[in-house]
Amino acid sequence: MTDLAHGAESGPGMVDVFTDTEIETAVSANPAGYAIAALADADPRVLTLSADLSSPLAEFRERHPSRYIELGIAETNSVSVAAGLAASGFVPYIFSMSPFGVLKCAEQLRTDVAYNHLPVRLVGRLSGLAMGFFGTSHHAVEDIAVARSITNMTVVAPADASAVVSLMRSTAGLDGPVYLRIPERPPAVYRAAPGFGYGAWLRLRSGADVSLIGHGLGVGLAVGAAAALAARGIESDVYDAAYLKPFDEAALVQTAARTGRVVTVEEHSEIGGLASIVAEVAGRRGLTVALGAVALPDADLEVGIPADLYEYYGLTVTGVVTAALELARPAGN
Amino acid sequence: MTAGPVTPVPPVTLERDRPVTPAELSRRADWIRLNTVQLIEQAGLGHYASTFSCAEIIATLYYHTLRLRPDDPVWPDRDRFLLGKGHVATGLWPVLADLGYFPADWLAQFGRIGSPLNDHPNMRLAPGIDFSSGSLGHNLSVGVGMALAGRLSGRDYRVFVLTGDGELQEGQIWEAAMAGSHYRLGGLIAIVDANGFSGSGPTSAAMNIEPLAQRFAAFGWLTSEIDGNDTEALLRIFDGLPDPGSEQPVCVIARTRKGHGAALFEQAPQSWHLGLLSAEQQAEVVAEITARMQ
Repeated sequence: MTDLAHGAESGPGMVDVFTDTEIETAVSANPAGYAIAALADADPRVLTLSADLSSPLAEFRERHPSRYIELGIAETNSVSVAAGLAASGFVPYIFSMSPFGVLKCAEQLRTDVAYNHLPVRLVGRLSGLAMGFFGTSHHAVEDIAVARSITNMTVVAPADASAVVSLMRSTAGLDGPVYLRIPERPPAVYRAAPGFGYGAWLRLRSGADVSLIGHGLGVGLAVGAAAALAARGIESDVYDAAYLKPFDEAALVQTAARTGRVVTVEEHSEIGGLASIVAEVAGRRGLTVALGAVALPDADLEVGIPADLYEYYGLTVTGVVTAALELARPAGN
Repeated sequence: MTAGPVTPVPPVTLERDRPVTPAELSRRADWIRLNTVQLIEQAGLGHYASTFSCAEIIATLYYHTLRLRPDDPVWPDRDRFLLGKGHVATGLWPVLADLGYFPADWLAQFGRIGSPLNDHPNMRLAPGIDFSSGSLGHNLSVGVGMALAGRLSGRDYRVFVLTGDGELQEGQIWEAAMAGSHYRLGGLIAIVDANGFSGSGPTSAAMNIEPLAQRFAAFGWLTSEIDGNDTEALLRIFDGLPDPGSEQPVCVIARTRKGHGAALFEQAPQSWHLGLLSAEQQAEVVAEITARMQ
């Protein structure tokens, strides 16, 4: 069983993710920036491209100034430029804000990168509701739905800083494209970098009553909810579904068979993300399972600081507990 | 059957600026046109007029300007050619077959399921294709990436990107144009096949793209304007390209005629953007081109 940090706490408040000094020094605040500098030390093919998101790359720029390419506020160009670099033997990592890096560039990712099987990595900072205060333009809650529908893409959503470092390392050698959805300062889930097999989930806790499966911020919430449910005598089977694509169907089939109840937890729209994938697999494989989802509704979302939005939409430990109890409650009661 | 080790044949490099006359290139362009007509007949549909407008450009690049190794298509030092206007790949396939990138009998599969030669080029399927295309507006950005890669790896290859003029209405082109001059990519050459028409009509009636030369110049490119169906002018401009290590990307605005080389297409270029000639029409077009080639 993976070594876990203390139970998940409440989500972050408003975080100034643009402050250079702090990002330069704090790995926990900028795990992707830390990881990419280390990857570049080891592999001369590694480059970084920024679409006006150079702050997380301060360390990389210090260590590898000639391998950093700023492209300005031009995400689509950045993706196609990266494709050209990848077709010439380099391994470019594009740092971009998730709402713009994926949604605006879906076609470039598909046509230039994924169709051609090129090793471009899109590192999506500020995913989900991390920029919730800035307006719905800055919400990134459809990115997984888009990215996972693209053939040849690997889609990963790490749970915390340790998982970011681990997944950036373990996907570094892949021949094809990767979308890394980086969470912003979620509570720590792991005490040390967890080891992920390609496309494999991590089982964080065993239980036979209900399955709690999350990605990103949702993993910590699932862990926290499992502790709360245990106090009520309900044992949870908890998984970190960091890999959205490829999808660990075997793990889902096993846990569904074990508990018969699956709650998905994600900072993503209820359409097209983990909730959808689980339902698709359950339907396709004929699993007998009750499904619940803690996710963002298909509605005009509110605007506010992340902590308030998480509370508002039930992306909290309490929200997950409630969803699990709803599922466990016998029909008619 | 003889035993023993096979002596490897070293790849032949087709050097830059191979000797050729303008007349030979014009004839080669007509050969491209004839092959295009034949391939489209075989497939049942195709982009005649857009291919005809850039036949001289393709002929000049592949039979004179580009540094290539057809038997080593991924040779790192080759010049790159990106077909931004991917819908004219029909004109490229016979050229790549002729140069030896793949067997000529692959052409017979064009248009069929499983053929490596698609209507728009796929780099994973066809040797000699440096990058896939089909979605307009992408390949100039890809060319920026390849030119940056050349500089990072210390290679002196050039990257040529052939765009349509309608393609310049795509915003991403101008993002790439900014990046090309910002990074001083002297090895990047954009060639605009300015035939004046996009799919549904005159390009600038849909959205004005002129004055093209001034626009690219304002974006920091070394710009020139030539008759793009004149092989002598093409030779002159490509022979005079600055060193790939120079610091300004180059834009050649090739003023062409959509459907150039066949009266039927020239008279109604818009009608022949995409279509299929009847047997009578095809005979007329083929006769016209063949007569010129005698």
